[in-house]
Amino acid sequence: MTKPTTLTMGKAMLIKFAAALTLGLALLAPLHASEGGSLQAANVSLNDTAALQRGAKLYFNYCSGCHSLRYVRYSRIAEDLQIDPKDVEANLIFTGAKIGDLALSSMSAEDGTKWFGKAPPDLSLEGRSKGADWIYSYLKSFYLDPTRPLGWNNTVFENASMPNVLWELQGLQSPVRKGGKADGPIEHLDLTTPGRQSAAEFDRSVRDITAFLQYVGEPAALKRESMGVWVLLYLAVFTLLAYLLKREFWKDVH
Amino acid sequence: MANDAVVDKGRRRFLTATTAVVGGAGAAVAAIPFIKSWEPSARAKSAGAPVLADISKIEAGQKVTFAWRGLPVFVVNRTKAQLDALPGVDSRLRDPKSDNTAQQPEYAKNEFRSIKPEWLVLIGICTHLGCVPDFFPELKPEPFDPNWQGGFYCPCHKSRFDMSGRVFDGVPAPANLAVPKYHFVDESHILIGVDPGKGAA
Amino acid sequence: MGTTMVRLHPKNRVLAWVEDRLPILSFMSSHTSGYYAPKNFNLWYYFGSLALLVLVNQILTGIFLTMFYKPSALEVAPGISAAFASVEYIMRDVEWGWLIRYMHSTGASLFFVVVYLHMFRGLMYGSFKKPRELVWILGMLIFLALMAEAFMGYVLPWGNMSFWGAKVIISLFGTVPWIGESLVEWIMGDYLPADATLNRFFALHVIALPLVLLLLVVLHLGALHEVGSNNPDGVEIKQKKKEDGTPLDGIAFHPYYTVKDIFGTGVFLFIAAFIIFYAPTFGGWFLEHDNFIPANNLATPTHIKPVWYFTPFYAILRMIPSFLGSAIWGVIAMFASIAVLFVMPWIDAGPVKSIRYRGVGYKVALALFAVSFVMLGAVGAGVTAEVIPQWFGAHVDATFVENLFGRFWTAVYFGFFVFLWFYSRGMERTKPVPERVTTHD
Repeated sequence: MTKPTTLTMGKAMLIKFAAALTLGLALLAPLHASEGGSLQAANVSLNDTAALQRGAKLYFNYCSGCHSLRYVRYSRIAEDLQIDPKDVEANLIFTGAKIGDLALSSMSAEDGTKWFGKAPPDLSLEGRSKGADWIYSYLKSFYLDPTRPLGWNNTVFENASMPNVLWELQGLQSPVRKGGKADGPIEHLDLTTPGRQSAAEFDRSVRDITAFLQYVGEPAALKRESMGVWVLLYLAVFTLLAYLLKREFWKDVH
Repeated sequence: MANDAVVDKGRRRFLTATTAVVGGAGAAVAAIPFIKSWEPSARAKSAGAPVLADISKIEAGQKVTFAWRGLPVFVVNRTKAQLDALPGVDSRLRDPKSDNTAQQPEYAKNEFRSIKPEWLVLIGICTHLGCVPDFFPELKPEPFDPNWQGGFYCPCHKSRFDMSGRVFDGVPAPANLAVPKYHFVDESHILIGVDPGKGAA
Repeated sequence: MGTTMVRLHPKNRVLAWVEDRLPILSFMSSHTSGYYAPKNFNLWYYFGSLALLVLVNQILTGIFLTMFYKPSALEVAPGISAAFASVEYIMRDVEWGWLIRYMHSTGASLFFVVVYLHMFRGLMYGSFKKPRELVWILGMLIFLALMAEAFMGYVLPWGNMSFWGAKVIISLFGTVPWIGESLVEWIMGDYLPADATLNRFFALHVIALPLVLLLLVVLHLGALHEVGSNNPDGVEIKQKKKEDGTPLDGIAFHPYYTVKDIFGTGVFLFIAAFIIFYAPTFGGWFLEHDNFIPANNLATPTHIKPVWYFTPFYAILRMIPSFLGSAIWGVIAMFASIAVLFVMPWIDAGPVKSIRYRGVGYKVALALFAVSFVMLGAVGAGVTAEVIPQWFGAHVDATFVENLFGRFWTAVYFGFFVFLWFYSRGMERTKPVPERVTTHD
């Protein structure tokens, strides 16, 4: 009677194999996410509807003038973020679009190229391509740089064409360079002129915008995560039944 | 294998049936997303959103066509003469009282098939095979009907409808022209696609 | 014969009428309840049926995606193709489109997971050996078709990784002497991956290659059922038969392995559902971050690499330097790394099938081979390039270390086959193989 040993042998090998793979992946995963240098953790939660609503408001006030969300419908935002469509029309739509329309910016690509040197990109998928940490860090890392055409530069995305549209909230930041030399590497940014918001308030505003863009990157995520539990529960029950069935039939096999 | 050993046939049958039922139910539920993916997408729904029609420029006796969900919607400003002639054709119609409730909302089930008598709102699709009927508003003999009291005539298969979109007896079309959901936003605007008393859809 | 064909005579008259003319029920029954498989299958034997399950999933979800996807690289807005926009349309505007797409994209990666495990099983228990050489070769052909299928599917969303992935892979053909350049243009139908490329890849992905795959799967199973399944002991169960002619250590595939595979399906679907609902991009491994950026022929993504399942082969390609003025050597090595598996039945001359009774040398060599596959995968995915500076400091020449590392494991990969050639021809000291499978009482 050697059944137990052979079974465990196959199982043990498979488990070792799976463990090695998982371990490998676990080691790799954080590496993969860390590209782009030292980013600050955004710590956004898609379950915080109030934050998403604030983020939407900030986004449409400060960003939508130049950036489109060309795959996102206002009606979907209203539905997902639990905002009355009338409020969306009143507070978020500045382009005269209808509630079912896509959140396109009124700025044309040609104008964008003319004014910024490069048309402002569509932000529908920014949360997916760049990730929340990048967006969060980027929006906080603008500094005054007279050598740039618009007077702004960014430590996360060097020589970005975008000006700091949130400067009224954040205030003005200037770089503190290593050894005080004008061309030295930037050590950190110093808030030289305070804005309307305190540092903590501004962090929250940026986090809200980031959360909103994260949501916009994949609106299905809200539904996906809430319904996944039920699918897994069902599959657990089904698998248990299938196991009992298998065991019952295999009583024949000696 | 499969020998002597005591096989609990009942338990085996029960487990087989239970697994089959649970698995089948799972498969059925899993089919729902695939079936529902064929429904109008958010884009189609947006394109088919209610249409606000400005009727202030439509003169008496005139018809204007609006597009709603890709369908022609006729809005007719009927004259008094046209309205007065309506009861006279009742005897020649298939469904003069608009008893076929599928063809109009409850609030348009009347002699004029409309909310306000003069304003006729119709989906301009012949109930026979889907052609767009032509508008013959004048109360005068037409080649297809010597007693014509105004209405719609389908060029495809010669179906005739009166000035309320009611179908004549003895023509191919089986039912009256459909009245869409609509309501008056104000004196000069109607919203096509939304029942009265409902907010924006 | 692995199957016993018994002609059925259904009671139902309609069924009987059909059965007399087309014995479809007899055929199905002979390949399920009439197919006797060894009773000692272990966990490794789930992956064949799971591969079939994933194939069905890919076809079903693929058919539905085809209903909404637009194979067009033409722009619908500045810098955005109709194809890219249609994928986002599926993800957002089509009811449940996101689920169907995630089932398809997760299925693609899991297809390779189960197929790699299935192939490794074959190497462990000698399932490629006589009389199953053709089963193995057909399986390898499935693997090749699957790689082509996956590559073309990966191009369809027309994101920036799709575009540059297509560009790099197609450029491989450019290394062919003399005709390379025109071959590349012919494949693309343009001077860069473009609308024409996307159109033909779409046609190949949704109909041509699936047909080939299905045909190969039928042949793979047909060949298997002719010779019968191998097992973890590598014993031919047909050599010991009962009075009724069925193998002593065999059990009917149906119901015993159908119920077992249903259980395996449950476990597998649980894992798959977890990924689909909670980690559909799998941290950028199944759906890459850069592929959420529309294709841009003027900007290569910073980390250009294939999807994880191609990375071992991609690493071999990268590890071979060009010489004699040609880059073809890496391409040859890459194709050789797959081609050599085809001739596995003739490289390995060992008389014993299962790793359980083979010499220590085979066990060690196979383990190293598996490790080399994973390590090459890490090199190909760019993991080593990132890890080396972190582990050894920035002053180390990362490319040099990576090349050293990658070439070492490339040597191990090919070394496995060289070693096996000699080892299995006289050097191997095997253990005695039992007469019957080890689970009988």
